[in-house]
Amino acid sequence: MSSEIYHEQSDLLSEETKNLHRAIVSLKEELEAIDWYQQRAEACTDHELRAVLVHNKNEEIEHAMMVLEWLRRNSPEFAANIGIYLNSNGPITQAEQQGKMESSARGESTDSASLGIGSLKGIK
Amino acid sequence: MDLLKRELAPITAEAWRQIDSEVRRVLKLHLAGRKLVDFSGPYGWELGGVNTGRLKQIETTPGEQVGHAIRDVRPLVELRSPIVLSILELDYAARGACDLDLDAVIFAAERIARAEDSAIFHGFKEGNITGIIEKSPHSPIDVKSSPEWPRAVSVAKEVLRLAGVNGPYALALGVDAYNELTADGDDGYPLRHRIEESLVDGSLVWAPALKQGAVLLSTRGGDYNLTIGQDLMVGYAAHNRTEVELYLTESFTFRVLEEKAAISLKRTTRNDQ
Repeated sequence: MSSEIYHEQSDLLSEETKNLHRAIVSLKEELEAIDWYQQRAEACTDHELRAVLVHNKNEEIEHAMMVLEWLRRNSPEFAANIGIYLNSNGPITQAEQQGKMESSARGESTDSASLGIGSLKGIK
Repeated sequence: MDLLKRELAPITAEAWRQIDSEVRRVLKLHLAGRKLVDFSGPYGWELGGVNTGRLKQIETTPGEQVGHAIRDVRPLVELRSPIVLSILELDYAARGACDLDLDAVIFAAERIARAEDSAIFHGFKEGNITGIIEKSPHSPIDVKSSPEWPRAVSVAKEVLRLAGVNGPYALALGVDAYNELTADGDDGYPLRHRIEESLVDGSLVWAPALKQGAVLLSTRGGDYNLTIGQDLMVGYAAHNRTEVELYLTESFTFRVLEEKAAISLKRTTRNDQ
């Protein structure tokens, strides 16, 4: 199973890290499937099959976003960066700076106060 | 400015980092319920209640011929645990100190973890929360002496199985029960290992909020749900020339969805009989 392919000895890894790994592997798989369906649909010569493939691709996008949301809820670093880049306006490469300026204008601290506790299920 | 008002506190970024880090460490050690139950959220301060999908009260008013029903929602409970710290002590962080006296932070984190877990295990009536133990329909299993723990856990596991509750199972232990199980048995082998090896598929969890004994429960999912609005964070309350008052806060509610999924194990002595 792909979720068991670790870069370090599994007994050195916490359950938190293992779950994060599972989510990241799942996200990679969903994104790969989107890419494959997109190419297949575009090359397909049967109209009805193409519609099915496009439908499937869109389902994979939904799956990818669900995993991304899990990552946002369970990783403060993902949450902070998603907050900066997703739904931002203007050049993406300037979103971080833009976000800081807007926060500053609103008198908000740019430091994340989140402790990132979340679920501890499976942790002894 | 957000609800926590952290930027109003006379605290340097490095001191905030040490405070948050210490809170995080203590919470992860002391929070037991989150190691056992399903987790939803965090949804932020805006979430005020959780929909149960049920109707609470139905009345018909014959004169008007209109039925009245009230939707059953679980309001979120807000916890707040105060922390008072010396500003002089916190300023040492900016001078390179990495051993700040953060005992008040530790105590606050322990208190709020105890409050959350107490609601999960024992309930919190004012907050409309029924706990795992009070909701369990199974008669508690008495543990009359230390060597009886493995047998009692085995019996408890069988009760859950007969009730149709499959594993994995975890054993949450109060302080006394945990100490008893981690001490050496008569043969020099800790009871904890005997239970972990043969009786519990899941794990043993230190749960200081448990008032008496232990609880065996299924961690298969779908039985218990902890919903978090605002997850645990440190906010600012006030300060004077010498001290700053912070607080640790969260909003949450807890629901038992399958009451049969847990059974209590009570440590008794002969005098209790």
